[in-house]
Amino acid sequence: MKRSKRIEKLDARPVNKDGFIREWPEMGFIAMKSPYDPKPSVKVENGKITELDGKKREDFDFMDQFIADYAIRVDRAEASMAVPSLDIAKMIVDIHVPRKQILEVVSGITPAKMCEVINYLNVVEMMMGMQKMRARKVPGNQAHITNLKDDPVQIAADAAEGALRGFAEEETTTGIARYAPFNAIALLIGSQVGRKGVLTQCAVEEATELELGIRGLTTYAETLSVYGTEKVFIDGDDTPYSKAFLNAAYASRGLKVRFTSGSGSEVLMGSSEQKSMLYLECRCLYVTKGAGSQGIQNGSVSCIGVTASVPAGIREVIGENLVAALLGLECASSNDQSFSNSDMRRTARTMLQFMPGTDFIFSGYAAEPNYDNMFAGSNFDAEDFDDYNVLQRDMQVDGGLRPVTEEEVIRVRREAGKAVQAVFKYLGLTEVTDEQVEAVTYAHGSKDTLKRDVASDLMAADDLMKRGITGVDVVRALAESGFTDLAESILEMLKQRVVGDYMHTAAILDEHFQVLSGVNTPNDYLGPGTGYRVDGKRWEEIKEIPHLIDPNNF
Amino acid sequence: MEMNEQLVQAITKAVVRELEKQEGQKAAGNSMQGKTRMMPKTSYQGFPPAKKGTDPKEVVIGVGPAFQKEIKATITGIPLDQVLKNICAGIEEEGMTARVVKVLKTSDVGFMGLEAAKLSGSGIGIGLQSKGTTVIHQKDLYPLSNLELFPQAPLMDLATYRKIGQNAARYVKGEKVTPIECTNDPMVRAKFQVKAALMHIMETEQVDPENPIIEWGTDK
Repeated sequence: MKRSKRIEKLDARPVNKDGFIREWPEMGFIAMKSPYDPKPSVKVENGKITELDGKKREDFDFMDQFIADYAIRVDRAEASMAVPSLDIAKMIVDIHVPRKQILEVVSGITPAKMCEVINYLNVVEMMMGMQKMRARKVPGNQAHITNLKDDPVQIAADAAEGALRGFAEEETTTGIARYAPFNAIALLIGSQVGRKGVLTQCAVEEATELELGIRGLTTYAETLSVYGTEKVFIDGDDTPYSKAFLNAAYASRGLKVRFTSGSGSEVLMGSSEQKSMLYLECRCLYVTKGAGSQGIQNGSVSCIGVTASVPAGIREVIGENLVAALLGLECASSNDQSFSNSDMRRTARTMLQFMPGTDFIFSGYAAEPNYDNMFAGSNFDAEDFDDYNVLQRDMQVDGGLRPVTEEEVIRVRREAGKAVQAVFKYLGLTEVTDEQVEAVTYAHGSKDTLKRDVASDLMAADDLMKRGITGVDVVRALAESGFTDLAESILEMLKQRVVGDYMHTAAILDEHFQVLSGVNTPNDYLGPGTGYRVDGKRWEEIKEIPHLIDPNNF
Repeated sequence: MEMNEQLVQAITKAVVRELEKQEGQKAAGNSMQGKTRMMPKTSYQGFPPAKKGTDPKEVVIGVGPAFQKEIKATITGIPLDQVLKNICAGIEEEGMTARVVKVLKTSDVGFMGLEAAKLSGSGIGIGLQSKGTTVIHQKDLYPLSNLELFPQAPLMDLATYRKIGQNAARYVKGEKVTPIECTNDPMVRAKFQVKAALMHIMETEQVDPENPIIEWGTDK
């Protein structure tokens, strides 16, 4: 066939490099509503749920049982289930119905009912719902801090810059798993250089992650994964109960925790039981709530390539974020994984969380170039910082970031590098040279930095774990190396675990280590003129982007 | 009502069947609706169960349930015969020996690697999914931990598979091993995740808990 030049042009567009697939409910390739999704129902006998979404108690799998016993308010179930789903959907959008009232009604509905409610909402209504249902009054943002070399100096520098730019939480992971303790320590130090009170985590294998937390080398945890079918849970050697225990283990040491879920994972693991992605994600969120977690990272997360491949996939993503908020959970709303070759498409996807604001719009934003993002790429990266700042300014929306100056960036990056160098020296770990600190200070990514001796680093990291090094050792190392202020900040972070207030829903810390959460600063949105408005000092900050035309120099 | 729906479905199915007969592959290719699997199930009944090795120089490679059978090439089209050949060559170059088993109890690469390591005389194993995702594992590690993980199958090439064999062998020898440098393509999800899901579905369909792990051999 003779080719049309226009079609050839269109075929070559980035969006056509993305993966798309027709709906196939039998394999779970269906976003919002599968013909195999159960019909909502509940039966309560003697204070116990004996029927859930068409299933009798004797036919429950372990997820049904967990949800029936721990995630639904039995005393409200029958009354809530009697409210038509369309009415609940209307309440979510109605500015005259306060958040609290909706939380009460929703606490008695089943996963299939929740799925039905969400199906009544279009994306604008979902965004209105999120604006009202988000737990914390002021939205926040989280960064990914990683690099291809697992270079601890770069992690510290990027963490410092990220904190300076406004991220309230920072998450690292490894390229090579055994680097975990180095990455955790570097992130802990760097974050506090950029802005006091930033929370940090290291997403690795669960037992290792817990140990890092218990030792005080991280200040929160996020990667407690839950799934929507029993089969996928079992494949991961897990149950809802084991996740609840793990959650309690963190809580026993005063650490903030949130769970992780997201649509598409059951499809990707080949066990969707023919259900829609939204229904399965509802089950995940009920398990999360039942396990006593204060919050969730969701919004398809690392399986976004699957969810985005089907019709209404991106609508489903904001839908599942909203379900989290409706259950009263802190929502760290993904946007953390690249899924499209099209700049237009990836930006549009993020607007659904950016405009209404969520507890953490990204979970997280790559605060390094994407080639260094060891979560296989985020939806936005360090090269998008200025675009993001302009979006905040254009729309007068608080996306959690702020413009910075080059001088500040260089200063905090150098200081973070120097601090890591001193701590590594004090603790007898591998050497960090002045040249390395200097290279990282001015670097964009790991292509601009020096090579490290990986085998020696790994031996030192193993040794660090064997020696029982803790957060207190890091504080001592900083204090005795002359970084008094920084030592105090990290000690303050450790103290938070004794105070425990930051375990409340959607908690972050301000620069004075004061908690801002859904409890002491709840979202009180009730239509125009209420709730959080971008104004005052914060608005002035957002306005001051670099590259402004100065009429004085015109 | 229900009877009517069932009747409609039965008629629809019958019509679709007829259409498929007439149109052959074309109709089937356009809609997957109603289909509940991608490939028929292979039976491994009677295959010898994999034994626990005693050779301290051994590295066991645990391949996925669909390996070299339903799936013949990785996500980027590298023939699995070649992949296996290169891993084995890497192991042998370092003076160690390779044994291949097929893990049928799971399609999860971490657990495949750990099962291989547990069967290995040296305690070092390699997990290899049919789409190409690979892990070097050790018998006493947590399932989701590893010595080295290669999570992005689309970035793999034969040279890397050979290096994986070499590094696995070096762990056996107790050397100070420098892990293979990480690679990363931040657009891998956009390009490959749907394909990865379909390949993993094919692999998971072949999971057979009745025959948990069988001897497989290096040439199929």
